[in-house]
Amino acid sequence: MSPADVTPVLQARGLVKRYGHVTAIDGADFDLLPGEVLAVIGDNGAGKTSLIKALTGALTPDEGEIRLNGEPVRFTGPQSARQYGIETVYQDLAVAASMDIASNMFLGRELRRPGFLGGALRMLDKKRMRQEAAVHMADLKIGLRSLTQPVETLSGGQRQAVAVARSVAWAKSVVVMDEPTAALGVKESGQVLDLIRRVRDKGMPVVLISHNMPHVFEIADRIHVHRLGRREALIKPSDHSMAEVVAIMTGALKVNDDGGTVVADADAAQAAGVSAH
Amino acid sequence: MTATALPYDQLKGPTTVRRLLATPTTGPLAALLLACVFFSLTTEQFLSGGNFSLIVQQVMVVGTLAIGQTLIILTAGIDLSCGAVMAFGSIVIAKTAAQGGLPPLAAITLGLVVCAGFGLVNGLLVRLIPLPPFIVTLGMLNVAFALTHIYSAEQTITNLPAPLTALGETFPLGNTDITYGSLVTIALFLIFAYALSGTSWGRHVYALGDSPEAARLNGIRTSRLTVGIYTLAGLVYGIAALLMLSRTGVGDPQAGQTDNLDSITAVVLGGTSLFGGRGAVLGTFIGVLIVGVFRNGLQLMGVASIYQTLITGVLVILAVTVDQISRRKAR
Repeated sequence: MSPADVTPVLQARGLVKRYGHVTAIDGADFDLLPGEVLAVIGDNGAGKTSLIKALTGALTPDEGEIRLNGEPVRFTGPQSARQYGIETVYQDLAVAASMDIASNMFLGRELRRPGFLGGALRMLDKKRMRQEAAVHMADLKIGLRSLTQPVETLSGGQRQAVAVARSVAWAKSVVVMDEPTAALGVKESGQVLDLIRRVRDKGMPVVLISHNMPHVFEIADRIHVHRLGRREALIKPSDHSMAEVVAIMTGALKVNDDGGTVVADADAAQAAGVSAH
Repeated sequence: MTATALPYDQLKGPTTVRRLLATPTTGPLAALLLACVFFSLTTEQFLSGGNFSLIVQQVMVVGTLAIGQTLIILTAGIDLSCGAVMAFGSIVIAKTAAQGGLPPLAAITLGLVVCAGFGLVNGLLVRLIPLPPFIVTLGMLNVAFALTHIYSAEQTITNLPAPLTALGETFPLGNTDITYGSLVTIALFLIFAYALSGTSWGRHVYALGDSPEAARLNGIRTSRLTVGIYTLAGLVYGIAALLMLSRTGVGDPQAGQTDNLDSITAVVLGGTSLFGGRGAVLGTFIGVLIVGVFRNGLQLMGVASIYQTLITGVLVILAVTVDQISRRKAR
């Protein structure tokens, strides 16, 4: 199936966001296909954070259109994007350290007991939350001793796993992960990449924002290269070398309509050791 | 994909001892029981229903304040104004009922609303400007203190209508007399213990104190929650004002001046962390009883009251030390 036949899960056309004289998003497009891991890369200041914020409801674009499963949507805030089934794993993980894993998974979306206890007394259904949390954790093959241990007793990778599991549990359409391996060591990064693969294998598309080129090449099905506020290229990691992708990111190379590359900045391309093909 | 790809089974849960050490109310409860055993052995009068009823009566005002204080400290805030707000509330109730001709119930309602209003202003200043809770409530302490003295014209208000002191009346339980006020305090502790541990609201309070950012990103409306907590705490101070009237029988503008610090003492002794997000209101109940039992027991032993204060101070520092060490152990 070629990308053209498939309705993207999340799509944007011509997004613009200006702050005074600064244009953070300059006519950006975005396409996320079902079941793929799409890496979003770009130099610092390329505006990928603004793009992601627009796609997760954290900012409202001035112009352009966002479509979810083909339907135009307008997000009024992160809450509204979540209601559309878009969940974000934040860089700082957004977990409450002293609370246990199950409580964190249901934070802000607690389950109540049925009937009078839940209605009039607003009593939490702790047992059901623990059970459902266990199901979600097992679903992603995250093995933890106990779901009642505080998150602060976990390692960085385990906390990341909890944050990912929480997002996957609630996401109906898309999981967005902001630099999920940035704070982790080599081994733990590997575990998180495995986890991302399992999320994709469940059929949940993942948007992965990352600076780490080896990680991107290891896991991404496609790479969205962001440059100067817009999408510079949408490529497959198998078609290009890491050096080429970095060169596209910095503007030394450009991608043709036919998928080949041309040298845009000869000096920079030579310095990076890449050429057109 | 085979078995568990993530080697989480290596993770060891905390041992039973560590878990007990990590539970914030374990230490305070042990201290309370030890103190009770000690005073039972060293004094003859300590171990009696009448004496326990007296202890609860002695601590019910500070105990009620400490409930509101616990809520605020759980959000990593602090309330220095609680005693002064309560004093002002009690003067409002006493003066409007005894001299202003307001029906007692209307006066009580007015007092509760005034105290909740102070909480609301505290919460709005803390959240919306935002200002540090320490500074906001320090300012409000002075405002409430001054208003108390201006409105009462430094006069003690006597001849309170009977409904204002009804909570001071007693009923017999076995051969012990219990005040209704004690029951109100205990009921409030139970209600808030449930609300904090058994409802979403309670979870959100803990999350707010633990990580405001995580709370916000998970869709908790943190501004509304914060303002609500301060307002609710103010309402609880209003109930404390009524309890104080019922205990002393007069509206005293000098009342409650050290109660803010006493309530913080009780919260800390009860194992609630001043950094927010950790603790329990039942721990505060134990903390309140620790203070009450020590004061009562030392009094029965004939120790002068200034030494009771000294020992309370040492206890607070001990409690915080134990809290720090146990939390490090739990990691």
